[in-house]
Amino acid sequence: MPVATPTQDIAVRLTDVRLDRGTRAVLSGIDLAVPRGSITAVLGPSGSGKSTLLAALTGELVPAAGTVEVFGQSVPRRQRALLELRKGIGVLLQGNGLLTDLTVAENVALPLRTHTRLPRPVIDRLVAMKLHAVGLRTAGDLYPRELSGGMARRVALARALALDPPLMIYDEPLTGLDPIASGVIMSLIARLNASLGLTSIIVTHHVHETLPVADRAIVIANGHIVFSGTPSELEATADPLVLQFLRGEPDGPIAFDTAERSREAA
Amino acid sequence: MPFVAATRSLGRAGLFSLSVLRASKPSADFFAELVREIYKIGARSLPIIAVGGAFVGLSVTLLGYRALETYGAANQISALVGLGLYRELAPVLTALLFIGRAGSSIAAELGLMRATDQITALGLMAIDPVAKVVAPRFWAAVICVPLLTGFFCSLGISASYFEAVHVIGIDAGTFWQVLRDAVDYRHDFLVAFEKSAVFGGTAALVASYVGYHAEPTIEGTSVATTRAVVNASLLVLMFNFVLSALLFR
Repeated sequence: MPVATPTQDIAVRLTDVRLDRGTRAVLSGIDLAVPRGSITAVLGPSGSGKSTLLAALTGELVPAAGTVEVFGQSVPRRQRALLELRKGIGVLLQGNGLLTDLTVAENVALPLRTHTRLPRPVIDRLVAMKLHAVGLRTAGDLYPRELSGGMARRVALARALALDPPLMIYDEPLTGLDPIASGVIMSLIARLNASLGLTSIIVTHHVHETLPVADRAIVIANGHIVFSGTPSELEATADPLVLQFLRGEPDGPIAFDTAERSREAA
Repeated sequence: MPFVAATRSLGRAGLFSLSVLRASKPSADFFAELVREIYKIGARSLPIIAVGGAFVGLSVTLLGYRALETYGAANQISALVGLGLYRELAPVLTALLFIGRAGSSIAAELGLMRATDQITALGLMAIDPVAKVVAPRFWAAVICVPLLTGFFCSLGISASYFEAVHVIGIDAGTFWQVLRDAVDYRHDFLVAFEKSAVFGGTAALVASYVGYHAEPTIEGTSVATTRAVVNASLLVLMFNFVLSALLFR
């Protein structure tokens, strides 16, 4: 199906990618095309290599084989070119990564102050807009330690959106959040993707919260992509491996061996 | 194999040091961070440097007086204190106190930044983490440690003056005159500052390197803090011998 999509409509393309951690292959034979403007859910059990895939998209991990392209450009290895590419990619990390010695507003302003020459009042205005977009306009003066888990995640989202990147990558955006905060984050992701015309990749194991907002879903298990299609196709699948993951069954083709899987970079 | 691992580690530390120098580009953001770090690691180290300097001055005065009195040269005490402080004690002890106070905090801060994804987040925002969090700490240490050394000397000599003149009974004029005659501005005073700048830079680089590359766990941060203090202290003591041999006549 991705092969049929015209090249200019592809935001991210992985071709026969193999990703190693040390001497071990974590993922191999990965072929993936993410259409522009879509929300793609990358699903899989913990330790299946989802975050390793994310590291390849952001250039943190160089593929052992194959190519990774973002907006038609191969992810560069040279540091300067890589930093340039990353200006067009917003990443929401699982741990948020908010700088603890900066306030919320200073955190959101950081990419703007570093990468633009905008005057201070304009940056302040943009920061207020970004915080407003995530429902935290009045939280600008707070420090990260004063925020709840859900608020911190939304601040990190505002910061990731600061430079209006065309591609957003979310790494486990729901981890550690209660159901209400999870619902808020997922609806924000869907709303921002539609209103700002973004392309979003959500790396998660929260299947039921993610599928309603996703246009496409892929499932990673045992070092490969075992499913690629629409959420409705995923829900209708008869593949025992995918079914085990969707239903959360302890027995099945996916080995529940935490020691083994934890060695594979999560 | 340990030799290969040690060589590799040394090479990495050298490349890291080069990356810090390369990332040190003057900008408004850099200077804002620099001022903040000077306050954090410099100004806030003043109390321990003051106490350390005063007690070292008192101890050296007492020790020197007992030795010099045997030869009837007790009025030369300020020369002993001055040369001892400027040439060896002040740069080394200031650096060691700085490592204990600020070096450990640099390693812990960077280790925690690594463990809480802050360093990863900077890189993903296309912000060079070395330029943002390491370079300002390095230059703050290079600037602060010589100033702290000067402060250490001031407190040491003031304490020595108090003990020698008001407790032991040495003439105040003799104390200052002997000190002025013994301590050379270029070869003692300025060399102390040069040594201190090297020690400050060394301490900051070692602390930053181990903190920046710490395992992203609580234990990793703890190990990094210990390594920062031990490695930086030993390096300062080694460099002190080399610099003393090269710089002092």
